[in-house]
Amino acid sequence: MNRKSASGYHGIPRWVYAVAAVGGLLVVLPLVAMVAKVNWPQFLPLITSDSSVAALGLSLRTSAASTVLCIVLGVPLALVLARGEFPGQRLLRAFVLLPLVLPPVVGGIALLYTFGRQGLLGKSLELAGIQIAFSTTAVVLAQTFVAMPFLVVSLEGALRSAGSKYEAVAATLGARPTTVLRRVTLPLVLPGLASGAVLSFARSLGEFGATLTFAGSLEGITRTLPLEIYLQRETDADAAVALSLVLVAVAVAVVGLSYGRRRSSTPVEVRP
Amino acid sequence: MTFELQASLRARSFEMSLSLEDGETVAILGPNGAGKSTLLGVIAGLLRPDSGSARIGDKELFNLDDGTNFWSPPHLRGTALLAQEALLFPHLNALDNVAFGPRSAGASTATARETAQHWLAEVDAANLAKRKPSQLSGGQAQRVAVARALAAEPELLLLDEPMAALDIHAAPLLRRVLKRVLEGRKAIVVTHDVLDAYMLADRVMVVEKGRMVEEGPTRDVLERPRSHFAAGLAGLNLVTGTITGDGITTPDGRVFAGQHDSGWSPSPGQAGVAAFPPSSVSVFLGDVHGSPRNSFPVTITDLEPYGDQIRVRAGDSAQALSADITPAASADLGLVPGMEVRFVVKSALVSVYPA
Amino acid sequence: MRTLQLKKSFLATAVAVGLTSALAACGTSAPAATPSGDSSTSPLSGTVTVFAAASLKATFTQLAKDFEAKNPGTKVTLSFAGSSDLVTQISQGAPADVFASADTKNMTKLADAKLLDGTATNFATNVLEIAVPPSNPASISSLADLAKPGVKVVTCASQVPCGAATDTVEKASGITLSPVSEESSVTDVLGKVTSGEADAGLVYVTDVKGAGDKVKGIAFPESDKAVNTYPIATVSSSKNKELAAAFVASVTSEAGKKVLSDAGFGAP
Repeated sequence: MNRKSASGYHGIPRWVYAVAAVGGLLVVLPLVAMVAKVNWPQFLPLITSDSSVAALGLSLRTSAASTVLCIVLGVPLALVLARGEFPGQRLLRAFVLLPLVLPPVVGGIALLYTFGRQGLLGKSLELAGIQIAFSTTAVVLAQTFVAMPFLVVSLEGALRSAGSKYEAVAATLGARPTTVLRRVTLPLVLPGLASGAVLSFARSLGEFGATLTFAGSLEGITRTLPLEIYLQRETDADAAVALSLVLVAVAVAVVGLSYGRRRSSTPVEVRP
Repeated sequence: MTFELQASLRARSFEMSLSLEDGETVAILGPNGAGKSTLLGVIAGLLRPDSGSARIGDKELFNLDDGTNFWSPPHLRGTALLAQEALLFPHLNALDNVAFGPRSAGASTATARETAQHWLAEVDAANLAKRKPSQLSGGQAQRVAVARALAAEPELLLLDEPMAALDIHAAPLLRRVLKRVLEGRKAIVVTHDVLDAYMLADRVMVVEKGRMVEEGPTRDVLERPRSHFAAGLAGLNLVTGTITGDGITTPDGRVFAGQHDSGWSPSPGQAGVAAFPPSSVSVFLGDVHGSPRNSFPVTITDLEPYGDQIRVRAGDSAQALSADITPAASADLGLVPGMEVRFVVKSALVSVYPA
Repeated sequence: MRTLQLKKSFLATAVAVGLTSALAACGTSAPAATPSGDSSTSPLSGTVTVFAAASLKATFTQLAKDFEAKNPGTKVTLSFAGSSDLVTQISQGAPADVFASADTKNMTKLADAKLLDGTATNFATNVLEIAVPPSNPASISSLADLAKPGVKVVTCASQVPCGAATDTVEKASGITLSPVSEESSVTDVLGKVTSGEADAGLVYVTDVKGAGDKVKGIAFPESDKAVNTYPIATVSSSKNKELAAAFVASVTSEAGKKVLSDAGFGAP
């Protein structure tokens, strides 16, 4: 009776498929509806207008920068949360994850009171000649603020499930902690780090509320693609829809590429 | 360069001291949870005891006594650890896994790979150099892990049940490899296999409940076990009591007559043990006629196949006895657990010696 | 035009559903204690749904309250949003009786789509004013001051009405501004000024009034180059055109003008 070992018992009740289909449709259908509304003859001119190209370019640049910042700051954060032992660790985790549930506009207000001209750090920065408000730096900060939790969560999970057995072995072989981190820990959790980075990039790309509140909106400087869509919507719905489609396409490409690559690579396996 | 350690860790009721001469390999035997892995963890620097100290020659590993609070991190100790699982770094091939230690010590990639090549050959794994860990069998991976540990040039090699996770076909090859590479090397092997102790160790230590209960040259401990665990490993029945003229008397009053070593004159009242193989025990139903010596009423607790014999276990765990009889005899007698029978031990096969 | 609105509606629908239901609950409903002194022959009754530009929120909330007080048995349901969003919603069949726009452009869209009952009436005007933080850190006193180097000015983007007005003023006065940000709403401009991020912002005089002490308004003569006119009209699909017309009349009445001018609006 065993035809194929691959088609083994899955244990999924049929009705689960039905509910899953509804869930899938809830996500896919609006995207289909949007694609249906695209003014195709005008599509290329709409997305290649100066303001659109400037917004897309700015979005890609700032998202890349904030992803790098997420990695630089988020990897140590995930490490101390997953492996460290210190008082207030749980509290720190709760706070780090806060931007996940916070409305982005709240994040924008918080950032404003931190890095703004009258803000907590902004005043000192202003004296030092550094102005963050209304600059591309502000966009990157806002994006990093909302995107970093994705990297931290994803990496912390990977670190926890990997355990620290390999690190212990590496240490007894004479590797200093920094060497262990570089040559053992990071390569081991690379898939988790990569998917965290991709999620961060995607989240940065879609960042709107915090940027609008904190960074402002000026073509080529702070007006990212989501802000451009929001503005175009006021006068030119066709342009807004076309740009929305571009944003969706970029996000799908980034997420799809990374997940596709991960599935095809050999999984990390612990052999006895 | 001798290794010396004494350490205690109250949370695990661990209290042990240990020393190794240069080039000596010690096997640590003991039941699960006895503190064997704790011992290795403390030595490697992965577990911090409450108090104690350890040194290899002049180099202190840790010293938590006398107000000093010195704790050397694992990477500075020179104590490579080989665990049950090979734990080869999955992203590196076999060669780079072995080269990891030399690289960490500061060698260039090329030099480290040369060293790695040498150690891979040493464990008969030179042909596996380019393979990823996922492409290695359990035995192959464990041999590569041995090479990796050796390539780090540890002053003390720690092996935590290196054969335990291997199938019975892979274990002999690794055991031969280990015998070769451990020759003249300071090493501690945690094992529950008496064969490992015989083949690899100069000396064995038996630990139970976080304490060392027995220690000595491998052959002595296994032939003259004084602990139940060692006796179990050696496949012997062990009874403790006080020495009498021709044997020992157990606390519950049973008398085991036996032979004692020539040249040893027992002094009555001294603590002693009697050891005898299960094959020297016969099983009878009802009263026994003839020699009444070494004949004890017991209740059968277990029957299990043991080689081509049936092993009959009886008595509570503290003074448990085993008898090996033929399946035919077992069937004839109609033995079942819970049955009251009589064990008769041939006194000529009972060894009596001081505890 | 119709297709354009349909496309636009897609984006706005989710927002619209949430907004209208939320705002419906905010509509004032207290019936007046005193009977109507109105001379109209048939007493008005029922509910009138008014879609009004966001900048009219304070005044129309007051006007609706007054209307209900004068006409017991009536109820005014208000929905505020950007004028273009409201046009989208009405085109999509949202049940509006009255539409009050912040500009003539959006009203024209509805008229072109034959969605108006009769013609629109202009009932108010609005002009730009400079909004500065109360301390006026950059010592702004005229439109020209905004063009000085180092002054951080925030304006509306050209795509939104206040931004279009800004462009007009710039062109007419010959003063070119280099804003540090071009926001998509008046709220965002004011937010940057009240938080002290910006030295000045260009918004409508009514917005400055509405913000209270948080900002200081500085009027400038060039503002009359861009006078924004607010039209109001009955929507053709209205089920209660009599009540709708009465509400429109109350807005354009003397009492209505008083409420509007108190809020800073000018006469049409």
